[in-house]
Amino acid sequence: MAAASMMPIFSQNVSSNSDLVPEWSRQEVSTGTTIMAVEYDGGVVVGADSRTTTGAYIANRVTDKLTRIHDRIYCCRSGSAADTQAIAEVVSYQLGFHSIELDEPPLVETAAHLFRASCYRYREELMAGILVAGWDRRKGGQVYCVPIGGMLVRQPVSVGGSGSSYIYGFMDSNYKPGLSKDQCLDLTTKALTLAMERDGSSGGVVRLATISEDGVERRVILGDQLPKFSTH
Amino acid sequence: MATLAVRRAPLGGFSFENCKRNSILESEANKVGFSVPTARKTGTTICGVVFKDGIVLGADTRATEGMVVADKNCSKIHYISPNIYCCGAGTAADTEMTTQIISSNLELHALSTGRQPRVATANRMLKQMLFRYQGYIGAALVLGGVDCNGPHLYSIYPHGSTDKLPYVTMGSGSLAAMAVFEDRYKTGMEEEEAKQLVRDAIAAGIFNDLGSGSNIDLCVITKGNVDYIRPHDEANKKGVRTGDYRYKRGTTAVLSKVVNPLDLELLEETVQTMDTS
Repeated sequence: MAAASMMPIFSQNVSSNSDLVPEWSRQEVSTGTTIMAVEYDGGVVVGADSRTTTGAYIANRVTDKLTRIHDRIYCCRSGSAADTQAIAEVVSYQLGFHSIELDEPPLVETAAHLFRASCYRYREELMAGILVAGWDRRKGGQVYCVPIGGMLVRQPVSVGGSGSSYIYGFMDSNYKPGLSKDQCLDLTTKALTLAMERDGSSGGVVRLATISEDGVERRVILGDQLPKFSTH
Repeated sequence: MATLAVRRAPLGGFSFENCKRNSILESEANKVGFSVPTARKTGTTICGVVFKDGIVLGADTRATEGMVVADKNCSKIHYISPNIYCCGAGTAADTEMTTQIISSNLELHALSTGRQPRVATANRMLKQMLFRYQGYIGAALVLGGVDCNGPHLYSIYPHGSTDKLPYVTMGSGSLAAMAVFEDRYKTGMEEEEAKQLVRDAIAAGIFNDLGSGSNIDLCVITKGNVDYIRPHDEANKKGVRTGDYRYKRGTTAVLSKVVNPLDLELLEETVQTMDTS
């Protein structure tokens, strides 16, 4: 049966009793990931790796986990790919509608609250850890963290995903308030590279985006251009 | 995820209680020695590439029921709209019905908008349906087509996540096919080169994966034209027997012959006419 089934048997991503759920429905596509967002004066820098896995197979090695929600608001997705894509599309729709009603660019805080509303209401069914980041006229660059369970908290810098555990030490020692845009980009690149080195579920390329009043500037750093660290 | 669950009124949306019940029944049945009928699966190799002028989709043609080949020549490339086709892996019924439902809805949508349907629209419809069913519809799809914005290729997973990529593979033979793609894919290939690449990727799946086999079907979609090539390559033709066990009359000599006529009485004769009109 195993050879003829659609996908080889992998370890499950979602925690559930093995008898109660059919085998193939447990093999979910996961963005086992590293994501990061940093505020600076005038905007935010968001970054992510590019690996999506189904068990031990990399389903997409060039994923774009930095999803546009609105012109100046992006979200970083981690957790189940299906859940986060669905939530992001719902929130994009809601925010787009809201923005047309207001006839004004929406606030990052609004986007974050919309994410939290979905993530908290369906917290039992979803597995989604999201960073909402962007720029608006009222409060400038902002980063909001909506982890699994549906909490909402604003932080000047935030990391998420399975690879984030490896870089808390790096972040605590290297982040200071008042960094410039280029320092933020450099910090993000280094942090993501370190996480990708150590976390099996993170890898590929580093995707970066800078969001400010002037717009969104996207960048990709390919494998050979990543910074090199000294343990090898 | 595993928190203390207090019985609360269902929030609306689907209840999957019966799926849990079915699993319990299945394990009970297995304990007594019965087995639940296995679903027919297309344990499969499907793939797609974007080339210079459009999309090439490819699929094998084996459908399995457990370890038995149920259909040696099934068609896994499904029609969605004149400019969009979709390959399906997973449970055969699920892929068939899902693509038919979306094809029907897309035709109505196209009539309503007055425009040729876009691949992104088909992708949205498919992913929203599969997400709604939380992965219980076992359909893993490769969706490709050419619309007003150019050629597009998507892979769609049973839980409802999608990836938009220049080359994708799905199914049990996907790793073998992806190995071929990762080695030889280039952007802006010509049609013949792309067809050869897809053919080779499916062949890799057919010969190295037990769940894939038989022939290779291709579908080449370009702006304004679709070539549904079925089969493109009969990679597994049934062999022809070289000898025969029949012997000529007289090979064995007849020594003696006894004939006993049977006296049978005709009891009843009934005639049932068949309506062949």
